[in-house]
Amino acid sequence: MEHKDSSMGDFESTLKKHAHELVSSLEKGKFGEAVQLIHELNQTRDRGLYQEVGKLTRELHSAIVNFQIDPHMPQAEEVSQITDATERLSYVVRLTEGAANRTMDLVEQSQPLMSGLSEDARALSKDWGRFMRREVGAEEFRELARKVDGFLSRSEKETALVGTHLNDILLAQDYQDLTGQVIKRVTQLVTEVESNLLKLVLMASQVDRFAGIQHDEDAIRAENDPEKHLSQGEGPQIHADKREDVVSGQDDVDDLLSSLGF
Amino acid sequence: MKILIVDDFSTMRRIIKNLLRDLGFTNTSEADDGVTALPMLQNGAFDFLVTDWNMPGMSGIDLLRQVRADERLRHLPVLMVTAEAKREQIIEAAQAGVNGYVVKPFTAQVLKEKIEKIFERVNS
Repeated sequence: MEHKDSSMGDFESTLKKHAHELVSSLEKGKFGEAVQLIHELNQTRDRGLYQEVGKLTRELHSAIVNFQIDPHMPQAEEVSQITDATERLSYVVRLTEGAANRTMDLVEQSQPLMSGLSEDARALSKDWGRFMRREVGAEEFRELARKVDGFLSRSEKETALVGTHLNDILLAQDYQDLTGQVIKRVTQLVTEVESNLLKLVLMASQVDRFAGIQHDEDAIRAENDPEKHLSQGEGPQIHADKREDVVSGQDDVDDLLSSLGF
Repeated sequence: MKILIVDDFSTMRRIIKNLLRDLGFTNTSEADDGVTALPMLQNGAFDFLVTDWNMPGMSGIDLLRQVRADERLRHLPVLMVTAEAKREQIIEAAQAGVNGYVVKPFTAQVLKEKIEKIFERVNS
């Protein structure tokens, strides 16, 4: 920025200085000298612009080049082919999807085990109640004892299996660490690119000022009109609690819909 | 009761499918956006549609409008399950004829309530 300010400052002081000289040359009728001065002015302006564009291009390029994989990351080999943000983010989607599916698989495998055990326990406890009330004969008792035995060994085995599934569900959450690292890097790149773009915008505004370019502000605003993109959707609201135009939860939705007669 | 679940994320479809199964609705099909969902609805004798809003191809709100514009589908109950949380969007969905609106993240209880409420209305 300092460099930019100084180059713009150079340009401005050159402009002021040459303007006076230009007027006096014209007044004196020295047109050759005047043309020479205009030429110098152009050169100063072009030089400043070229320098800025060159500098920004280098910075943008290095921001992109810097967006490389840290070879010390444990997943370096897998991630090393991922050289741009889009691919990195696809990796995040893939990883989170895998973890969600793995978790749901394990839950779906555990559910029937748990409901089976629960049903058996309910049936057994009914029989056990009859036994305690002495309503069970010797023959039936042998059958009951066999059922209890079967239930105990089954519950031992199946609860151990559910325990393993729970542990695997825990391990499936390791994506958080990996995706967190990737997202942080993407965020860093976005920030760098943004600050470089901001410099570009500032420079463009200086160029506009010197070149006297006017923009159609209404057209730009219309282009950015959020209403236009409403049906496309915005995705999750990150700061729902701070925004007036956004509901902060299901209760808000219900209130709004009932106010509309739902 | 045949239900179509439309969401571009397979994990979300799976979550909704599991929740619906818990509620006793086992006959479900899936589509990943409005473009694939619409012909399924037109050919498939579905009784209920659960759709996301933000999807590539055809969005949920456009799907809803297409459903309401279709002579044979116009009375199909539609529940929107979406992360879209702007008031204007909820009003837009209501005006387009949605029967219920659930914002993500949601709980099994909320989904159950909304579905029951929709069927109460439809059956009364």
